[in-house]
Amino acid sequence: MTPAGSLLVAQDLHKSYGPTPALDGAGFSIHPGEVVAVMGPSGSGKSTLLHCLAGIVTPDSGTIRYDGRELSAMSDAERSALRRTEFGFVFQFGQLVPELTCVENVALPLRLTGVKRKEAERRSLEWMERLEVADLGHKRPGEVSGGQGQRVAVARSLVTQPRVIFADEPTGALDSLNGERVMQLLTEAARSTNAAVVLVTHEARVAAYSDREIVVRDGKSRDMMLEHSV
Amino acid sequence: MSLLRDLALGARFALAGGREGWTRTLLTAVGVGLGVALLLGTTALPGALNARNARDNARNDYGASVDGGPAVDTLLIGRADTQFQGSDVRGRLLQPEGAKAPLPPGVSALPAPGTMVASPALRDLLASPEGKLLRDRLPYRITSTIAGRGLMGPHELAYYAGSDALKHRKDVTNDRAEVLRVNKFVNPSPGEKIDPVLALLIVIIFVVLLMPVGVFIAAAVRFGGDRRDRRLAALRLAGADRRMTRWMAAGEALAGAVVGVVVGALFFVIGRQYVGDITIAGLNVFPADLDPNPLLAVGVALAVPASAVAVTLFAMRSVVVEPLGVVRTSVPRRRRMWWRVLPPLAGLGLLVPLMGRGRDRGTFNQVQVIGGTVLLLIGVTALLPWLVEAVVRRLGGGPVGWQLAVRRLQLTSGSAARMVNGIAVAVAGAIALQMLFGAVEGDYVKASGEDTSRAQLMVPLGDSSPDRQAQEVSALKDVAGVTTVAALGSLDAGEKAKEPQHYLPVTVGTCTDLGQAATLPSCKDGDVFIATGGAWNPELATPPGSTLYLDPVNGGSVTQGAAVRWTVPANTREAVSRPDPMGQRRPGLMVTPGALPRGAKLPIHSTVFVSTAPGDTTAKERVLNLAARADPLTSARSLNDVQTSNRFAGVRKGLYIGAAAVLMLIGASLLVSMLEQLRERKKLLSALVAFGTRRTTLSWSVLCQTAVPVALGLALASLVGLGLGSVLLRMVGRSVTVDWVPAVSMVGIGAGVVLLVTALSLPPLWRLMRPEGLRTE
Amino acid sequence: MSIGHTLLGLLESGPRHGYDLKRAFDEKFGHDRPLHYGQVYSTMSRLLKNGLVEVDGVEAGGGPERKRYAITEAGVTDVETWIRQPEKPEPYLQSTLYTKVVLALLTGRDAGDVLDTQRAEHLRLMRVLTDRKRHGDLSDQLICDHALFHLEADLRWLELTAARLVQLASEVRK
Repeated sequence: MTPAGSLLVAQDLHKSYGPTPALDGAGFSIHPGEVVAVMGPSGSGKSTLLHCLAGIVTPDSGTIRYDGRELSAMSDAERSALRRTEFGFVFQFGQLVPELTCVENVALPLRLTGVKRKEAERRSLEWMERLEVADLGHKRPGEVSGGQGQRVAVARSLVTQPRVIFADEPTGALDSLNGERVMQLLTEAARSTNAAVVLVTHEARVAAYSDREIVVRDGKSRDMMLEHSV
Repeated sequence: MSLLRDLALGARFALAGGREGWTRTLLTAVGVGLGVALLLGTTALPGALNARNARDNARNDYGASVDGGPAVDTLLIGRADTQFQGSDVRGRLLQPEGAKAPLPPGVSALPAPGTMVASPALRDLLASPEGKLLRDRLPYRITSTIAGRGLMGPHELAYYAGSDALKHRKDVTNDRAEVLRVNKFVNPSPGEKIDPVLALLIVIIFVVLLMPVGVFIAAAVRFGGDRRDRRLAALRLAGADRRMTRWMAAGEALAGAVVGVVVGALFFVIGRQYVGDITIAGLNVFPADLDPNPLLAVGVALAVPASAVAVTLFAMRSVVVEPLGVVRTSVPRRRRMWWRVLPPLAGLGLLVPLMGRGRDRGTFNQVQVIGGTVLLLIGVTALLPWLVEAVVRRLGGGPVGWQLAVRRLQLTSGSAARMVNGIAVAVAGAIALQMLFGAVEGDYVKASGEDTSRAQLMVPLGDSSPDRQAQEVSALKDVAGVTTVAALGSLDAGEKAKEPQHYLPVTVGTCTDLGQAATLPSCKDGDVFIATGGAWNPELATPPGSTLYLDPVNGGSVTQGAAVRWTVPANTREAVSRPDPMGQRRPGLMVTPGALPRGAKLPIHSTVFVSTAPGDTTAKERVLNLAARADPLTSARSLNDVQTSNRFAGVRKGLYIGAAAVLMLIGASLLVSMLEQLRERKKLLSALVAFGTRRTTLSWSVLCQTAVPVALGLALASLVGLGLGSVLLRMVGRSVTVDWVPAVSMVGIGAGVVLLVTALSLPPLWRLMRPEGLRTE
Repeated sequence: MSIGHTLLGLLESGPRHGYDLKRAFDEKFGHDRPLHYGQVYSTMSRLLKNGLVEVDGVEAGGGPERKRYAITEAGVTDVETWIRQPEKPEPYLQSTLYTKVVLALLTGRDAGDVLDTQRAEHLRLMRVLTDRKRHGDLSDQLICDHALFHLEADLRWLELTAARLVQLASEVRK
């Protein structure tokens, strides 16, 4: 069940919010440099799976191993540190701090790991350049378009050079053109740094940027690629 | 007409705007309501204090005593005031001398000997386990209770007990315990004319307390303003113009304020029921006395909604509501300084001419004082937004939490300043008041000179024989919790047996006890010292071998003339007197018992100084019980370091009550805005947690976000407060000395409120930081 | 796709030889299936017969079919009409897949499986198209996008069907 060389592997995850099970025996695995789409209808538990994999939420039972370490055995502080240094995040909405300028937003994860402000902003600008938003550096999120804002968010998820990027409906609030561009920039940047991308989406065209997909339905997951190879 | 229509439309939004609209209106109403309740309370307070004073006068027996002997309408009163666990107990022993003896107010029949009429609070205290020790001191059976009109407040501890020993005390013993003969209870002396300095203090207190309430109401009217602006934007899309949105916003505020006035009246009526249960610094009033002046109450009911409309219109000036949202331009218009300096300058202009007026007890023009003070304090609220903006714009650098806070403040420095305006005004005013208090304190507060580190109680033993006194002293020593007792007896020595021209005080005590009144080189029983020191010059030369006559005449007893001849012994040495625990120097002769004539049964007037074990809170009560058992009219009491003038104490109590209420109010509003802000950013907080932001980082940002404007507010408040205080000091003709302790402590209290607010907003912050906030499904 | 209209459209920019026409068609539209020359020949003779094109000239010595074609007035009108007229929405594979799903439900097989497999197949093709889009120029992107949107539409229908499988099952088994 566990393919060799996996960076992040989860097995038999169970998680309930109240009486309703969000995850009911889901599994997952991803290699470095791989882009895996997590698909499924809304309410199927795909966001919960992402939250569990990223160590944001602790599953009720099951194992999650990242790079040989068991996530559930880590303290909250350790998992937070892991998220700061090894993981990157892109969400659909509300993730940029409205008071900070764009470059400060991108620099935020670096600053949280203790990088000096100047250095953090210099590195942030490099990433913003790759995502074609370097000229927005000193604007605030409220003053840029949705697509630009999302690129800023992608730059932020990449700035720490994470090994896994978690993207939860990253194009959900964008039109097709902007959505495609964001996906293209995200996957290219991830491939160039050999980062794995866990991509939660319900859009097939977004999922088409992945290397393979996992379908979540009623809290259970299906790895279509594995089944085909079998 | 269209204005009214827009107002009405806005009011309808406030009342029918769905759950969210209701929440906002309710929040505003509660905020305004708290302010209104406080305003109503303030308008009612003078009346309540007047009623209290009137009742106090009606039962007053000081200065009411009549000359002449017993008559059919005379009543003997013995003062038996005592203290129990820090609370004053007003006690009177009554003995009627005829059928028409007057009744104290609130008492329906004079108590028979051995029984008493007690206040309800005292009755309850005596019935409770806590009152057990007091029961020993007041061994009277309670026959009825004192009605409200005979009490200062519902929680006053008071009793009238019947006695049959007063007549003997008054006519035969005539000892020091005061027994009065009265034929009516009324205060014959006219009320004191209120001191202009004190009047100034009271005026300032009212201004200082009411200003922050006004500021708070202004802030409460804007609760949830961001959300309202978004709704107004939607209205713009539907075709409303800017002027209409402004008036609709005012209508919403008006509705909130009107509901707030109703809520406030409700709060006031409800709160009044409980006011009798609250005792702050010994002050306690009857609910029924707290009756607002109707004219002022109507004024409050009209002024609050009107100012809500005015404040909103003023605030909306700077907000541009466009159809697609509220325009928050990236570079908001900078605040200008020049007009903000005008109010404080105008205030100073009004106050400065009054300088020096109080030196010759001149009076102050109240309008001018109030106007000047109000303008100075308004200056704080006008300058603070400018100051916050100017400083925050220059801030940068620092850790992430700091950066988050600073950036937030740069965008919303106005609302940040608004939040702390109330605290700043309160602190500025309070600092000025404290300075004024500090300077005039000498006039009203006296250090009593009593030294509570040496003894905690003094028990007079009256004039009794040495044997009897020795018994009483040893009984005191045996009281549980008593560590040491020191008895000092007083006599006078004259140069001849009868009608001497000159006197020399004589203090009698054992070597250890005399140590309380003088520094002795060495001492054994039988030694005699002549104590020098202090301002006193002995009237009599006392070379060893000279003859004196010892007479307790000045002790007030009836043994006058029974002087005992005594020769100053040859071994009399010099000693240096020191103040006894009551702060009195006792120069003159210091005599140990062994040096007194053998067999002389001199009744000596003695005072015993009692020390109790630190931490033993009931030892004092047992000592007072013992003293009361020996003499119900004993003036035994605890020693105090300071004595406060009663009127001054009342003013200060008022300040404390008001300041506490105002700071609580402002703290509550700070908390509400902080929670509202946190709720609005639920999703953002969750996202920040996802990428590994530490709790401490966000907690710091919350703290800094409040602390920076508050620090600036406190700095400005201190400056204005010290300025106002200096001007006020000059007005009453004192030299300006800055007493840093009250200034620092007021700033500390303000800062404490911030810390408390931050502490209270941290648990919700942490709750919002849980990953569940990320769930959108 | 109407080959005739496409060839006519290519001729609008200027007269061409038959061979040129085939090369241009393949380059621009024939990513999946290049045209057979015979197809071009038969189409052109049909257009010639209908008076939509005319022979502009014949190159000497180059072989029997070195004819140069030019579009006629009628031909331009025809292209114009074709471009302006909306395409009739076509059922792509619903009919086939529907038959499969219904059969699966009727025989007690997992219909969700049929859909999941179909989705995987769709996604596989979509990845290929997405990849081509990434490395291609603008025209590649537009053409791939068109195919992608159609595939996506199929997938949406598929997801909706998946969400209604229970309902469908109860109706089918009635």
